[in-house]
Amino acid sequence: MAKKFSKEHEWLEIDGDVATVGITDHAQQALGDIVYVELPEIGKKLAKDGDAAVVESVKAASDVYAPVDGEVVEANEELDANPALVNESPENDGWFFKIKLSDASQLDDLMDEAAYKAFVEGLED
Amino acid sequence: MADPNAENLLKTALYDLHVELGAKMVPFAGYAMPVQYPLGVKGEHLHTRAKAGLFDVSHMGQVRLTGEHRVAELEKLVPGDIALLKPGRTRYSAFTNDDGTILDDLMITNAGDSLFLVINAACKDDDIVHMRANLDNGVELVELTDRALMALQGPEAANVLARFAPDVATMKFMSFGEIDIAGIPCFVTRSGYTGEDGYEISVPDSDADKLARLLLAEDEVEAIGLGARDSLRLEAGLCLYGNDIDTTTTPVEGDLNWIINKRRREEGGFLGADIILDQLANGADRKRVGIKPEGKAPAREHTAVLDQEGNEIGEITSGGFGPTVDAPIAMGYVAIEFAKPGTKVDLMVRGKARPAEIVALPFAPHRYFRG
Repeated sequence: MAKKFSKEHEWLEIDGDVATVGITDHAQQALGDIVYVELPEIGKKLAKDGDAAVVESVKAASDVYAPVDGEVVEANEELDANPALVNESPENDGWFFKIKLSDASQLDDLMDEAAYKAFVEGLED
Repeated sequence: MADPNAENLLKTALYDLHVELGAKMVPFAGYAMPVQYPLGVKGEHLHTRAKAGLFDVSHMGQVRLTGEHRVAELEKLVPGDIALLKPGRTRYSAFTNDDGTILDDLMITNAGDSLFLVINAACKDDDIVHMRANLDNGVELVELTDRALMALQGPEAANVLARFAPDVATMKFMSFGEIDIAGIPCFVTRSGYTGEDGYEISVPDSDADKLARLLLAEDEVEAIGLGARDSLRLEAGLCLYGNDIDTTTTPVEGDLNWIINKRRREEGGFLGADIILDQLANGADRKRVGIKPEGKAPAREHTAVLDQEGNEIGEITSGGFGPTVDAPIAMGYVAIEFAKPGTKVDLMVRGKARPAEIVALPFAPHRYFRG
């Protein structure tokens, strides 16, 4: 399964025409302790770069944008009870939602793991 | 993120220590200040409530007023009874203006031969201009620009500090002493901004790093940043100037009636007294209250507060998550008829009305040492 990354620090794991979306380890470290995640409703149509979810730390709320167009088919209900999962396991158990892709060609605009790693290192210079 | 070093920011005497400890430095009121250390906001918050936290608050202004008429002159600018303040005692107060609203909140200490004031970083230049323009009759104002200020807060603060200065153990909440800590001459008040027992310590810049390292070397003490300082004070129901009180709010609206002492209510004689005393007698149209969201979503500052019919009745001025109460918490202003604890309201968060309740402050009980 291919994993892709956006410049907004989201990851996507693609399985057929469905992508699981979450925020990267770099993003959760920058945000600090996550205390609340607001997830999109199932069936909601998301537009690339539009609002998809909200993640809140003690100090601030941050928007999570949709990395691709598509329809939400599942949301991670575990995050309601345990938002800290995003800190503990950002790129596995702390996933946010699953989206059914409307245009698989949009995946080509995203980075692979090596490119994302280089992108993050560039930000830290 | 902007590099806080690149913006001509002022540095406190503890700047190098913050960087060495791995703090995330951010611009705040013209200073490069630590917003959090590697422990993180939540961990720092919980550590302060469990043991002891050390805060650098050197960005705040420290001012000394001398002159025979200093008390009467300062009383022209604040509604507190400063004449009643005994040597070695400290009081919370506010500078008011002609509109009866609040220019800044501050701590006033009777240091015997002088008054010692601690004022907010973002307001200090304006406060000093205001005092110089209004304090007459030979009152002299000196800003103590060569002193750092740190706070040691938490249930273990007294045990820790007494190892270096036994006299601090018996000090009561809101008392002051000129005390040597490990041989360093300090001004110590038993006060703070967390709701916990603790001290604020004014120390010469030249000894600040040494004192901070001494305290941090104690097992109970962790360095705490501005992030946790904000969540701690919000849980304690304490106002943040610029958010919860400012030049649009009077002390009565801000639920600070207790800072207007009896004699001042009778005599007036402070800026805006006509407006403030009228509100005391007849009530204000709105009031600062605690607000508890029912769900898990925090409601941040400027969130609209609605009544059950959907009418806007107020606004949140500070809102976030309280790590000790493990839930979202907020304070804000509502129309007076909705200010009673238990009143159900809605908060407009991201276009959706979410249920909340007006509650009594604080969210976390104060644990001051009253002897």
